Amino acid sequence: MARAKAVKSQKAVPNKAAGSPLALYRTMATIRAFEETVQRLFLGGHIPGLVHLYMGQEAVAAGVIAELAQTDFIGSHHRGHGHCVAKGGDLDKLFAELLGKRAGYGLGRGGSMHIFDPANGNLGTTGIVGGSVPLAAGAALTAKLRKTGQVAVSFFGDGVLNQGIMFEAMNMAAIWQLPVLFVCENNGFGEFTSIDDVTAGKDIADRGKAFAIPSEHVDGMDVLAVQKAARTAVARARDGKGPSFLICSTWRFSGHHVGDKQDYKEDAETKAWRKRDPIAQLARKLVAKKQATQKQLDAIADEAKSAVTKAAEAARKLESPTPADLMEHLYAE
Amino acid sequence: MTEKTFAQAMFDALSISMEQDPTISVFGASSFVLGRGLPPADEKAFIAKYTTRLLDPPVSENVLASVGVGSATAGLRPFINFGTSSFAFEAHNQIVNEAGNARYMSGGQLKVPLVYHMFHGIRGIGGAQHSQSPQSMYANCPGLEVVLPATPADAKGLMRTAIRSDNPTLFITHTKLLATKGEVPDGDYAIPFAKGEVKRAGKDVTIVAMSLMVLEALKAADQLKALGIDAEVVDPRTVVPFDAKVVIDSVKKTGRLVILEEASLVCSVASEIAAIVAEQAFEALKGPIIRVGRPHVPMPYSPSLEAFCTPDAAKLVDAVRKLLKK
Repeated sequence: MARAKAVKSQKAVPNKAAGSPLALYRTMATIRAFEETVQRLFLGGHIPGLVHLYMGQEAVAAGVIAELAQTDFIGSHHRGHGHCVAKGGDLDKLFAELLGKRAGYGLGRGGSMHIFDPANGNLGTTGIVGGSVPLAAGAALTAKLRKTGQVAVSFFGDGVLNQGIMFEAMNMAAIWQLPVLFVCENNGFGEFTSIDDVTAGKDIADRGKAFAIPSEHVDGMDVLAVQKAARTAVARARDGKGPSFLICSTWRFSGHHVGDKQDYKEDAETKAWRKRDPIAQLARKLVAKKQATQKQLDAIADEAKSAVTKAAEAARKLESPTPADLMEHLYAE
Repeated sequence: MTEKTFAQAMFDALSISMEQDPTISVFGASSFVLGRGLPPADEKAFIAKYTTRLLDPPVSENVLASVGVGSATAGLRPFINFGTSSFAFEAHNQIVNEAGNARYMSGGQLKVPLVYHMFHGIRGIGGAQHSQSPQSMYANCPGLEVVLPATPADAKGLMRTAIRSDNPTLFITHTKLLATKGEVPDGDYAIPFAKGEVKRAGKDVTIVAMSLMVLEALKAADQLKALGIDAEVVDPRTVVPFDAKVVIDSVKKTGRLVILEEASLVCSVASEIAAIVAEQAFEALKGPIIRVGRPHVPMPYSPSLEAFCTPDAAKLVDAVRKLLKK
């Protein structure tokens, strides 16, 4: 019986305004403000469980997702708030979910690591290392078989490089030429362990090349570089030319989770990466090229902060789910 | 009605479903369709008709199970064939953590309309790794539906419902049932889940069994009849959702319950049924609830040991006679 045949896809054009440098700045500023607020709420005891912050990695979510249409799919990971925001997530519903409120995306059943927003193509954050890799490949398979022209992106951390399922998914995506992007956010650490201690081989890209998947290193602190690489990979996927593997080098400004002391990181290294803060970097470029004034950028950041603060404050007042709702949606009727 | 094999009946349901709904695709098509006793011309015509919807994935159960979830949430209705259920253990995380949880975690936003088909049971000299009966493991995971048909008609009717279900459904069949024959309703035919069936009426003892064990229970009932014991055989047909009423009604009538299961009895479906009856119909019982199953060991390879470990009509007859002191 047949392999899925290569299908020429229809063109689905991303929203150009969403990919302008100022829009990228706004997305990153919103993610940063969101995460700073999450950190504050968590330390204040308002968010239960664990939260994994995306600060420092904003350029990856913003740059890649800017090249997607609303109907395109993404699968995220445990450090996934940034992807949810960039894919158009509603700030009120995001905070409600983080606080375990009934008005959240998952009615308060999911929390930080299980946020789903299918109306915006977001197949979810996940608590399973590598969880979104096959889910995105599956969504890409549907797009291909149904000839919808959609593409799917799986965001995952460097820890996934050592999960067998990544290799199984890459193989499947390559033989079936699925319209999927494998986007590795290499922030140097899987939980508390340096990538160098647990990852064999000279070059991570070799892992994609072994499946004949176009594989490329990208400066994950430079949103314009990420956007450029994503544009090429998305176009390849839409043209029916199959998967791509992007390895975005980035840095986690926070610990593995809020409360992690990070004594496994070297101070000098942290300082060096901090100097490359993706938001400040873009601001410097835009001002230097006279594409924006610092005043304009500050206004964007202020707007982002105030939108985030408003949503967070509103979420704190929402109702929690009750046991009366417990079994709702366990099964579809 | 037409006489058909169990395999033909499953194929019937798949065929009708694919005809009606273009979003249904079969992952693992070769191992599901080929060599299952279909007339060669029908097999060939089916394959030719649905070439692009019959996918042969690599042997990567882990990713297959989850690609199924991703494709289902994005709008396909995959029918995923694992072959032997032991292989599906490779995909346990995907089935439990992704398929089973997705709808609930998302607050009902996602739906995962897929079927995982697998063969369970002692197929004969399969050893420890090809003789598993994992139904209770899946039943223990909320969000999944678990179905075990015993007859060709049930195979068709339940598979039709499984494919139409918007939930992830484990469709678990027994290789030894594939060639068994029975009358199967023609045309489109569906049996709702959580609707068990009394396969044989009786008044002295209730025997509950599913899948191949229903056939053993019916054989045992014939033998018991000759001994003057009138056994009722009840087949719940689906483990999740479960038709407790059909079992409890029968126990209230007979006052005795023996459960036959091919799996190890530790935390088994039989254990769950025993618990349900003990909690909900204790007063109706005239004696202890008895479970007949395989010993709690990995299935040994040697035919002599395998025969010893295999639950069957003879072991069931012994258990019923002991219970009734006859």
